[in-house]
Amino acid sequence: MLDAFAQFFRDLAADAPRWNFIFFYSEKQAGMVLSGLWMTIQLAAACLLFSVAIGIAGAAMQGAHSRLLRALVAGYIQFFRNTPPFVQLLFFYFALGRLTPTYSPDGWLEVPIVSNVGWAIISLSFFAGAFNVEIFRAGVEAVPKSTQEAAHSLGFTRLQTYRYIVLPLALRVSIPALNNNLVNLVKTTTQAFVIAVPELLYESITIWNDYPSAQNPMMLVLFVIYLALVGLVVMGMNRWERAMRIPGYGG
Amino acid sequence: MKKLLATTTALLLTLSAGTATAAHCTNAVWNKIMERGKIVVGVKPDYKPWGFRDTGGELVGMEVDMAKNVADTMGVALELVSVQSSNRMQFLEQGKIDLMIATMSDRPDRRQIVGIVGPNYYTSGTNILAPEALNLTEWEQLRGRPVCGKQGAFYNQIVEDRYGAEVIAFTGNAEAKQALRDKKCIAFVYDDSSIMADLLSGDWQGFEMPLPTEDDNPWGLAVPKAEENCVFGRFMSGMQYNWLKDGTLIELESKWGIQPTGFLVDQQERYKDWLTE
Repeated sequence: MLDAFAQFFRDLAADAPRWNFIFFYSEKQAGMVLSGLWMTIQLAAACLLFSVAIGIAGAAMQGAHSRLLRALVAGYIQFFRNTPPFVQLLFFYFALGRLTPTYSPDGWLEVPIVSNVGWAIISLSFFAGAFNVEIFRAGVEAVPKSTQEAAHSLGFTRLQTYRYIVLPLALRVSIPALNNNLVNLVKTTTQAFVIAVPELLYESITIWNDYPSAQNPMMLVLFVIYLALVGLVVMGMNRWERAMRIPGYGG
Repeated sequence: MKKLLATTTALLLTLSAGTATAAHCTNAVWNKIMERGKIVVGVKPDYKPWGFRDTGGELVGMEVDMAKNVADTMGVALELVSVQSSNRMQFLEQGKIDLMIATMSDRPDRRQIVGIVGPNYYTSGTNILAPEALNLTEWEQLRGRPVCGKQGAFYNQIVEDRYGAEVIAFTGNAEAKQALRDKKCIAFVYDDSSIMADLLSGDWQGFEMPLPTEDDNPWGLAVPKAEENCVFGRFMSGMQYNWLKDGTLIELESKWGIQPTGFLVDQQERYKDWLTE
């Protein structure tokens, strides 16, 4: 069955020079697609996690007493929200990458401690994190002042109020906007291509550069896989939203 | 299942029928160029000195001069569009450019997509730009080590398969070379002609091109696939024949300070007019 499957696509490539589904019959290209997919999933998962963490921490800091802390968060948001992620990736990898400590396996190479994958995760997490801070701020501001005052009067500290009262309510308000941003983040991982992170787009373009006949099939694969990946994220987020729902709160 | 496969094949074949049935000449692109009085040529913006941007941002270089010569011969204006290795064939296919002269190696699978017409006007092989300090002498030394490259070069795959190098392919030359300078890889695998030009430019003190050049591969310019065996394709064959015969390309080589290649001398000899002594 599998042989027939491979043979079909081999024949198809011979008949239609534009539709060389090479990854269905060549092990090397199949491996490239899979390793690219795996890298994309890892990138996306790590960035989702870190960016949400940054968002929660940032929104907490925005409500801090310290003016310095608030200014820091504001500066961070301005910097990361107002510059393209493409430029950030280049800046992090080539400019900051030179300042990080390196080790040398052979006396000449200077392998930086943070690899290009590392920089992609850092850069994209901070990029999406900046948006998440604002998203969570909107949620925090939607929690009535009186609720916070009630918490204070019950003896909660500021941090405890944030953690046990404000955040759980704010999260529920923030989920739809967060959903949007995380979907965007999954798609933005393709930009890591510019610093040669071997994710799905990198591997796809490499394949169609090696085999121009495989370009259309590779584009098809890109579309299908991103549709599926984003679909999974949306599905997960919707589930989470439903699970978090408090009857009677927030419509 | 079988029916589904049959339907897909039929569908895909219909989609690709455009290229399969282009046996007769409509000369659509040629006529379009003549009617609007302008030819759009795709050249490289980052492949000094074949196609690059001068300090004023203008596209210049040996291949740009060739494009000018084509426009002059046709009696039309010239518009230049910068292309990358990874999009040049698509630009031509989609009609964004009429003609592509972009340091492209003439490969069999590329001939299926675009109309590469002979005689080939140039040639280059694969070599590496590497620091002298590493004392590299043979390709085998690249095995298992990080080597920078550029997306779209056909030999990335060869260097990986044959010598087991770990090619890190960047989108542009600039990024790949920066990565080499930052010591993120031990070498930059590229065309020997371009590496030679870089070394001559004086910007690469302490670097060398240490290996024997491999996979020498002629370059091809390309017209749209449908024009390959029609007026446009035949015309470009004639242009290249004349460039090779009358030494235009040899002159351009020296104008742009390119290390003279034996290839052009051989080709001039090959196409020599039997009536001249």
